Amino acid sequence: MTTTSIEAPPPVETLAPARKPRQKSGPASIFKYLLALIFLIIVLMPMYVLIVTSFKSGADIGVTSQWNLPETWTLASWEKAWNVLRPSFIRTFELAIPVAVISSLIGAANGFVLSRWRFPGADIVFTLILFGMFIPYQAVMIPLREIVTTLGIPPGITTLVFVHCVYGIPICTLIFRNYYATTVPEELIEAARVDGAGLLRTFGRIILPISIPGFVVTVIWQFTSAWNDYLFAIFLSNTRNGPITIALNALAGAQSPDYAASMAGALITSLPTLLVYVLLGRWFIGGLMAGSVKS
Amino acid sequence: MRKLRHWGPGLLLLSPSLILLAIFVYGLIAWTTKVSVSDEHNALGSKGFVGLENYTRLFTDDINDRFTHSLKNLLLFTVVFLVGAMFFGLLWAFILERGVKAEGFFRTVYLFPMAVSFVASGVVWRWLMNPNKGDNAGGLNAVLGGLGLDFAQSTWWTNPTWGMASMAIPAIWQLSGYVMALFLAGFRGIPAELREAAAMDGASTYRLYRNVIFPQLTPVALSALIILGHMSMKMFDLIMSVSGPQWLTEVPAIYVWQTLLTSDYAKAAAISIILLLLVAVVIVPYLIYTNRQEKNA
Repeated sequence: MTTTSIEAPPPVETLAPARKPRQKSGPASIFKYLLALIFLIIVLMPMYVLIVTSFKSGADIGVTSQWNLPETWTLASWEKAWNVLRPSFIRTFELAIPVAVISSLIGAANGFVLSRWRFPGADIVFTLILFGMFIPYQAVMIPLREIVTTLGIPPGITTLVFVHCVYGIPICTLIFRNYYATTVPEELIEAARVDGAGLLRTFGRIILPISIPGFVVTVIWQFTSAWNDYLFAIFLSNTRNGPITIALNALAGAQSPDYAASMAGALITSLPTLLVYVLLGRWFIGGLMAGSVKS
Repeated sequence: MRKLRHWGPGLLLLSPSLILLAIFVYGLIAWTTKVSVSDEHNALGSKGFVGLENYTRLFTDDINDRFTHSLKNLLLFTVVFLVGAMFFGLLWAFILERGVKAEGFFRTVYLFPMAVSFVASGVVWRWLMNPNKGDNAGGLNAVLGGLGLDFAQSTWWTNPTWGMASMAIPAIWQLSGYVMALFLAGFRGIPAELREAAAMDGASTYRLYRNVIFPQLTPVALSALIILGHMSMKMFDLIMSVSGPQWLTEVPAIYVWQTLLTSDYAKAAAISIILLLLVAVVIVPYLIYTNRQEKNA
């Protein structure tokens, strides 16, 4: 593979088979399907427990009856979990949507510059930017929290939006740089330059409109990572003003947790990202591939 | 002047990000480093510079060798997690590569755990890895019992020696699909001519994979290892969610958090910097290597 697998739209095409599956039925083929099915069941097992438990109540919920279907199906735990999680559920949208939009715009601008303007030292600058996406955030958390406290910035969603946008710059820059480097023809930019358009105008008028596939990938990526984040959340917010991961952890991590409500809560928490995955799967995978720098 | 006209607008567009990253990545790392060589062991602030004392004390003078213990936990977790996720990822990719009907469906299911947060999946894994055995067994132990594999029933992460290996199970569940996607893209990226040429030479299927296809996947395997490896070293959410912070399953990322709760900033900073160095040892050569490859391409 060359440098391109980070490019935005095609990853699923690259995953799709180049040729039709051979229609052979022999022992080897049966074994293959058997194996594929067994793994399918294993992967789905935790999901099964989550779903059945969330509809149970009372004595139905127990360690030994984990795998059983509910004796009586009830929505009580869903209601309880929803009542606990609702405020943070809404707050997490207020977190993840701005993060997704802002970081994508920043990423697009950076990616465009880095893909076209080969200024001296561009490679080093790019590598320094990339390193930022691999660091363990603990290494910045102590001063970060001190800054937030000293400046009197209230903990909560606004602070988290800022932080996710800053630390999302590397990955978004990477995705767009590779997208522009592989999909935007040099001639297009050359033509704009001949017409006397400056960098900013070229970017705004010509590049942005053809950047939708890149945006889809970064929006999904940033939305998902902001939605699923726990580390920044635990450092910079609390159950009263933080995102849903904090609220879920409080619900499920209590001394004697209500298992049915916890499982319903875990499902509620996962719903938005799972929905994104199911509806926009091909671009979601594109985002995942982007994390590999190149492959 | 002409140079400035040429580079100027680009740099202008790039500069806010560069400034932010310079401050919030490199500046804050420098700040953490400074705290790690100070004696800021409580909320009262620092009185002075103590050199590398906080670092050496982690290795020589930590109660019950807590830090070395957390490193051992991390090592065991990382080995099991990497081996497991690479194995299943490659196997799944291989099965799909061999051609399966409804491939898209299998791919979607294998990959979906990636969309779930560790915090949410931890809720169910905590329950699946219930240590009860025999008649009281639930979760994984009940499955093993049902299959007649009672001897394999385990106390999972509560086992003091091998607990961290069990902690890797949810991580493997969550990320094998990702490795599969990487390998599948690798398989599909191999030019058809290569396969045809091998077939013309009369190579058997085994030799085709052994000598032609698998060697082509080395860069993919390297990428996958690096990504999983650095995720593993930062592992925090999953363990917090499955076991909560506790001695048995403590890794450096959690030790930092626990130390901060006691306001021992200098010590927490020292652990963070060691964690950063561990990640850097893996990532920096990889970034340099990638950069060079790209130039050659």
